[in-house]
Amino acid sequence: METTHKHNAIILRLEKVKKYFPIRRGFFQHTVGWVKAVDGVSFDIEQGKTMGLVGESGCGKSTVARLILKLLETDDGNIIFKGRNIGRFSEKEMKPFRKEVQIIFQDPFGSLNPRMTVGQCIEEGIRILGVKRASARKERLENLLNMVGMSYDSADRYPHEFSGGQRQRIGIARALSVEPSLIVCDEPVSALDVSIQAQIINLLKDLQDQLGLSYLFISHDLNIVGYLCDTISVMYNGSIMESASSEDIFNHPYHPYTKSLLSAVPDPNKKWDVTLSLEQRYESDAVYDGCKHQKKCPWVEKQCRKNPIDFVQVEANHFVRCWKTKKSDLKVI
Amino acid sequence: MNPGENHIDAPDYIEAPLAPKHTRMQEFGRMLKQNRLAALGFFIFVLFFLCAVTGLILTSGTKPLFNPAMVRLEEKLRPPLSKPNLQALRPDQVPVLNVYLMGTDDLGRDVFARMLQGAWVSLTVGFVAVGISVFIGIFMGGIAGYFGQHHIKAIHILFFLCLIGGIGLVLINAVFAGTALLLLCLSSIVFLLSARDKLPEKTLPAWKGILLGNAVSVDTLIMRIVDIMLCFPSFFLILTVVALLPASIYNIMIVIGLTSWMGTTRFVRAEFLSLREQDFVAAAKALGIGNFRIIFRHIMPNAVAPVLVSATIGIATAILTEAGLSFLGFGVPPPHATWGNILSDGKNFIFDAPWLTFIPGIAILIVVLSFNLFGEGLRDILNPKLRERH
Repeated sequence: METTHKHNAIILRLEKVKKYFPIRRGFFQHTVGWVKAVDGVSFDIEQGKTMGLVGESGCGKSTVARLILKLLETDDGNIIFKGRNIGRFSEKEMKPFRKEVQIIFQDPFGSLNPRMTVGQCIEEGIRILGVKRASARKERLENLLNMVGMSYDSADRYPHEFSGGQRQRIGIARALSVEPSLIVCDEPVSALDVSIQAQIINLLKDLQDQLGLSYLFISHDLNIVGYLCDTISVMYNGSIMESASSEDIFNHPYHPYTKSLLSAVPDPNKKWDVTLSLEQRYESDAVYDGCKHQKKCPWVEKQCRKNPIDFVQVEANHFVRCWKTKKSDLKVI
Repeated sequence: MNPGENHIDAPDYIEAPLAPKHTRMQEFGRMLKQNRLAALGFFIFVLFFLCAVTGLILTSGTKPLFNPAMVRLEEKLRPPLSKPNLQALRPDQVPVLNVYLMGTDDLGRDVFARMLQGAWVSLTVGFVAVGISVFIGIFMGGIAGYFGQHHIKAIHILFFLCLIGGIGLVLINAVFAGTALLLLCLSSIVFLLSARDKLPEKTLPAWKGILLGNAVSVDTLIMRIVDIMLCFPSFFLILTVVALLPASIYNIMIVIGLTSWMGTTRFVRAEFLSLREQDFVAAAKALGIGNFRIIFRHIMPNAVAPVLVSATIGIATAILTEAGLSFLGFGVPPPHATWGNILSDGKNFIFDAPWLTFIPGIAILIVVLSFNLFGEGLRDILNPKLRERH
């Protein structure tokens, strides 16, 4: 996807990133196929902006997050962070990069070490930042805890003493402890109560305003993504299906999958009435030509099964991986 | 950017933690209070420790207060709590409290003094042997669990075989063959270093391909070593090694330690395999924390609780093994008393002097049982999730 943004610098760019996992079977554990978890994903994130990545479970969202953090190696394609290709980083170059990109996890219970106090946990990051003096570290710890709305007495407590929302705040404080410029939020609120979700979302928004952070916000909750994100990419089966600004996605989506996602949002003034055909579950390792969405698409035609579908621009900054881009093609059934 | 400079207005609400604060010692005390058996085990363990230390002080030196080696042939096989026959003894032969607290054995030696001396042996054997086995176990298990998916190349195996073989041959005075092997080992390093840059090329000659190909994963290698070690009946392995080595208490400790690390390795590996995939480890990696710190600071504290439990039970097993070895006469050499050889010496007089078998036997039973109980309780105490909110 070749877009030119005049106003803002691009902090992160993914270019046709691929990650395939081998499927091993049999006595000798030979590879019988590949799970194309991420299959040619490209997108940009602008400095200080939020990009939402939505899609159903298992479509490769979290794998994208792990690839960006370099917790997994990419098989193909480039991840370019602040103009530098992170795939080519040596061990030495990784250290400053690690400070720049951080992650907030979905599960507030598994993301904190049960045997480290909150203070120790956050101080790990402060130490990475190179703060030598104990008093300076303490001050920074207090500052971080206050930033996320926790009191300083939390510092010598263990994570199990906190509720899910409080733990998520601690996770955010840990991510902030190294002063990152990009935070990957891997479904940070989907494990929380709705009332707590709002608090965390507002906290993330406040932090973005005050620190100038960029977010990659991964979620399957379209309401939250619509509220928080500037641009949205819709992912299905390892590929981006549609990518546009938040308003465009909500107001005039092109791709059938986007429409079916939007129709799944409980909304009294529903615009799209496309039902997701849940009985047809895709097999990730199945090899078939053509559109990845063909098994679920209500408008599927012969042509969809033939050739790979290109990612085409339909409006300014609005890209769709579907050849039926005329609105008349996709009548609401 | 100067850390700590970006002061942020705190949100309107500040969230307080749910539970009041307890120090670790308070928690420990409360858990012991709740778990009576563990408290009993802990109490006996402390008592045993004190006995062993005071026993060491009281029975060693040139003129010990309790002399475990003092032979009084006139006073043999006296029952517990019997008074010494003062007419028959020289003044320096009279026991300290003027009573044989636990009787005397077939040579008239004071069993109480011998038990005191043996307590220290049991304690050190238990702790040193288990210390060695836990150290090896954590190290091997940690590597197998954390780096298990990495592969070892055939050339690495060749290198280590040549290194070990070469050093071994040099040590047994086969200098010529040894030096040849060491040279081969050196050349394999040179080959490895020279091949490093060219690895991406796919078209290597066959012999290079085999040498640089992945031979075996670290996990497979370590776990197969564990399986091989488990194949040996360890008590007989210990017997063989002890028969070959000069009899000394340190050799026994080391041998027991070297033959009992496999269980710990399996524990630690299993824990590491599950913990490695947890989000908090991914977060630590994302922060840029090094592998060493992740292993020892982040994963190990979570993996160590079952290890400690198995270690306390391992201490009990080591004490039993030492007692068994002493009983068979392969243990600590004779003038030195251990609970095992008191038991062993007493077996000939079991009907005439049953205290010679019952006293060390019951002592071993109580100590082993207390370690097991304490180990069980320790597992609960070490788990922060089980600490209740009060």
